[in-house]
Amino acid sequence: MYLTDEEHAWLAGDAGPATRRALEIVVTLARIYGAERLIPVESVQISGVSYRNLGDAGVEFLRHWVEEGARVRVPTTLNPAAMDMVDWNTQGIDADFAAHQQEVLALFSAMGVGGGAPVPTCTPYLIGSRPRMGAHVAWAESSAVVFANSVLGARTNREGGPGAIAAAIVGRTGAYGLHLDAQRRSTVLVKANDPPRTIADYSALGALVGRQTRNAVPYFVGLPLDPEEPLLEEKLKALGAAMAATGSVALYHVAGITPEARADPQLAATGETLAVGPLAEGYAALSDPADSDAADIDLVWIGCPHASLHEIAYVAAALDGRTLRIPLWVTSARPVKAVAEMQGLVAKIEAAGGRVFADACLAIGPVRELGYRLVATPSAKGAYYLRNLAQVSVQFAPLDACLEAALR
Amino acid sequence: MKEQEDAVVFMGRVIKDGVAEGEALVSPEPIGFLGGVDGATGLVTERGHPLEGQSVAGKVLVFPGGKGSTVGSYVLYQLARNRLAPAAIINQESEPIVAVGAIISDIPMVDRVPIARIRTGDFVRVAGSEVTLWPAGTRAAE
Repeated sequence: MYLTDEEHAWLAGDAGPATRRALEIVVTLARIYGAERLIPVESVQISGVSYRNLGDAGVEFLRHWVEEGARVRVPTTLNPAAMDMVDWNTQGIDADFAAHQQEVLALFSAMGVGGGAPVPTCTPYLIGSRPRMGAHVAWAESSAVVFANSVLGARTNREGGPGAIAAAIVGRTGAYGLHLDAQRRSTVLVKANDPPRTIADYSALGALVGRQTRNAVPYFVGLPLDPEEPLLEEKLKALGAAMAATGSVALYHVAGITPEARADPQLAATGETLAVGPLAEGYAALSDPADSDAADIDLVWIGCPHASLHEIAYVAAALDGRTLRIPLWVTSARPVKAVAEMQGLVAKIEAAGGRVFADACLAIGPVRELGYRLVATPSAKGAYYLRNLAQVSVQFAPLDACLEAALR
Repeated sequence: MKEQEDAVVFMGRVIKDGVAEGEALVSPEPIGFLGGVDGATGLVTERGHPLEGQSVAGKVLVFPGGKGSTVGSYVLYQLARNRLAPAAIINQESEPIVAVGAIISDIPMVDRVPIARIRTGDFVRVAGSEVTLWPAGTRAAE
């Protein structure tokens, strides 16, 4: 593999032990994947932020890397934490767990993530990190990866936790996979037999496609989308997140909608065609049977990936003047929550008995430890990880059905 | 040391450069470190795994490759901090989880070695890309 003089010098230790270790990681991953060289990246999104996932092992390593002098060289954002970094107490998180999670954030601050004030979110593209078409980035967080590639036309592979930190420290990644033109062509043509309408419908469609295509590059035709519609990004965000969680899709195209499909109509695959539907099968595939041990829904979770302002506004309008029977939590990026507060949306949700938490992700939080057993969510990705990571029962249902369940 | 003719030498691909030796512990199945190996004890904990209940500490750990969460890299680091890490790692085909784990934990590692030729109990030395194998009983640990 070709390395520049500077890269050789860094590997020899000229920029210190933290950079040397980071470049060793980046070069090794590049070699494993057959890259011929490294390329500079414009931004990095780090995953592996939840103390629940990192564990003491991860924290020990991050501390060691910081002590070695680890500092990011490019603008870097990071994934949600296991809790709201401000309101963790009223969320029910215990102080010992909170202290560990705070240390993780402090270590990323020390590395210069988020300019030293990291904002934990899986939607960096909703708070200003929007790489332009063709830009090379190194993002972890599968839902952000698929959004960057598909909706923005930027270029990133699905980085792993430590690999993304290493890419941030050296500002480079291997030139392989989705950084290369040839890998961005679609591999399967997808037709939705049951046209999705709502954001949650796009999530259900994504669950059906993800299960059947693994790491393919789907090309959707015939979706009832309008490039000018206000909820377009929310629908594409839901579609991609679901395919990335249930399969390992990192890029998809939508005829006439996504930037690379618009730029090059020849992207459409000529090979395999996949017809999917009905959407009810997508909802059912990620829902536990109604007769499971948890009889009744005891929590509704909205905001996987983190809710946009539109999504918060929809929930606020639905709850306005009404009273929730069970807890309803919306998770979002802190700057998005701040705007929602300014617009009075958070007050409406709280008046009904709901909460809007920033920074947090329930799928990687201690949901079961907090006593919840059956969670309803309009997100396929949320449902998938609630079952597999948080280990609670789940109902994956349209947003209106989730809201009705909480109000009934 | 026994005569050289007992030894078999393979050339692999360096993932983490270094020199180490020890008794081989061979798994025919992939290993997922997050949830599969206990960083505090060095024991394989995955239920039903061929190595369940065995310690990886000080062994030349031989397996096809990693699986599971990328956070698994950190478990190798924790093993190293607790002095329970494998002496070296040999994979059939390396993937990012174990490769990154070896790099951050300074565990010599090679891949693209015919691991089916190695048996648990063989004595193995890893030196850069070179893997030297003494079948069990032909060379005692020094």
